Amino acid sequence: MSTTTLSPNVSLDETPAAATSDAGTTRKMTLSMGPQHPSTHGVLRIMLELDGETVTEARPEIGFLHTGIEKQCEDKTWQQVIPLTDRVDYLANLSNNLCYCLAVEKLLGIDVPPRAVWTRVLLTELTRINSHLVWLGTHALDLGAMSMFFYCTRDREEVLKIFELFSGQRLMTSYFRIGGLALDHPRGGLAAVKKFIERFPDQIAQYESLLDNNPIWKNRTMGVGFVPLEDMLAWGVTGPMIRAAGLAWDARKDEPYSGYQNFEFDVPTRTENDVYARYRVRMEEMRQSLRIMQQALEGMPEGAFAADAPRVVLPQREKMKTQMEALIYHFKIVTEGVRVPAGEVYQVIESPRGELGYYIVSDGTSKPWRLHMRTPSFGNIQALPLFCEGGLIADTISSMGSMDFVLGDTDR
Amino acid sequence: MISEQLQEDALILSLVEQFGAAIESANLQHDQRIVYVKPEEIAKVAQYLRDEHRFNRLSTVTAVDWYPQEPRFEVVYNLHSIADNQRLRLKCRLDSASATLPSVTGVWPGANWYEREVFDLFGVNFEGHPDQRRIMMPYDWEGHPLRKDFPVHGHKYDYGEMK
Repeated sequence: MSTTTLSPNVSLDETPAAATSDAGTTRKMTLSMGPQHPSTHGVLRIMLELDGETVTEARPEIGFLHTGIEKQCEDKTWQQVIPLTDRVDYLANLSNNLCYCLAVEKLLGIDVPPRAVWTRVLLTELTRINSHLVWLGTHALDLGAMSMFFYCTRDREEVLKIFELFSGQRLMTSYFRIGGLALDHPRGGLAAVKKFIERFPDQIAQYESLLDNNPIWKNRTMGVGFVPLEDMLAWGVTGPMIRAAGLAWDARKDEPYSGYQNFEFDVPTRTENDVYARYRVRMEEMRQSLRIMQQALEGMPEGAFAADAPRVVLPQREKMKTQMEALIYHFKIVTEGVRVPAGEVYQVIESPRGELGYYIVSDGTSKPWRLHMRTPSFGNIQALPLFCEGGLIADTISSMGSMDFVLGDTDR
Repeated sequence: MISEQLQEDALILSLVEQFGAAIESANLQHDQRIVYVKPEEIAKVAQYLRDEHRFNRLSTVTAVDWYPQEPRFEVVYNLHSIADNQRLRLKCRLDSASATLPSVTGVWPGANWYEREVFDLFGVNFEGHPDQRRIMMPYDWEGHPLRKDFPVHGHKYDYGEMK
């Protein structure tokens, strides 16, 4: 065996000199960015076609983090789905819990007591701050402002401590349940939130003092990543992205859910429609979240933390020890699950990233027949080529950071 | 068949007037309007809704598998009009033998990935889709995981025989 095989595209007849040099020609280069690139914050792959430093084509490829959550949900009982919803968007876990619970409660037709509603609002807004802090830290890190990351992580730690206080978990909280909450407030829980609300405005001011007039930050963000609003809507972009383009659409205001109509807050918008405007919108949103939390804290009602629906809500431990019915219901719920009337519902909430929708179909059994998650990151990433093409490769990082996507949210 | 609650609904009436028999039925569930459309007409209905009723956003496209019933698939379109602050759900029933319907990417370009996802996970074909490839699963994957006859734990992977 002495014959060497040449690869088919190498021809010996052509002399190497016949190949032209690169000088003066436009040769495009294909660059595979990701799936392990640090600035994609997860496993996103973007196939970039470059002409020098200019991006001529960008093709996002997703699916690296596809875990089949929608399929798994079909095999779980209605309550067992809740921990899975945490894992969809792991930076906005409570928003996902909330959306799922609201949808199932609609199907069941049960009302949630005010204390649970207020607590849900309080903690969902805290989730928004949590998510925006991670976004701000990593976005600034991508653009070269390293200390921002440390400050944001430091303050996010306070938020995570509050989550741990309430639910026992820092990240995968699963605190909202169908019909209310998993537990009543812990001792000192509201005090910790109060302390956070008092302290946090100064932190926001600190971030702004570091970034607002920072020449590098302004150069990297102002005028970068412009896409007309109509195009963004047609491609499915939602959330702070469209609010930075001047459209004040926010599900909390326009399609109120979970008692948001009782709270006073503004929907911050900007008109510049660039990366800087998105930064400003998210900073303002954190302030508005604090405002909502303040109101939720002041108006926190007393009373039950879960609905009086024994067929749906697990009974309290004490009741189980003293009441036969409670024990029976507990047994039924745990072994069989809850039967949800047949029907379908599409519930939309405003997650930190945009429109989060759960489309749930029930066939009347104790497991969901179909559960589809309309996740904001999926719609946002789809429009990525619009933001990158024609710009510089460095601006790709800015635009991508301003979209604030989470790959778990995209791939599910 | 238009359900009683929707007999007076202007949007549904204008759809029936415009498309007649292509609108199979409409009903209201949890205050959400659901309209069943003949699959062949979905792109035209979508175009009409976008142009005449300002449904400028397609919130999501998904599907439901009713295996072993026939028609097996339901493709679900959740539309959203920001200008009028209203939502509408369109549904198309498809037999498993002919699970094909026109793509709405020409109406809302954002339908692209959602239809790819439905194609990937349910095996429903979209005619006229510019780039119908798998999106979640690997390109050489066999089967469509969200179909009900696909086991939740997947097919056991064959590691070959031990030597």
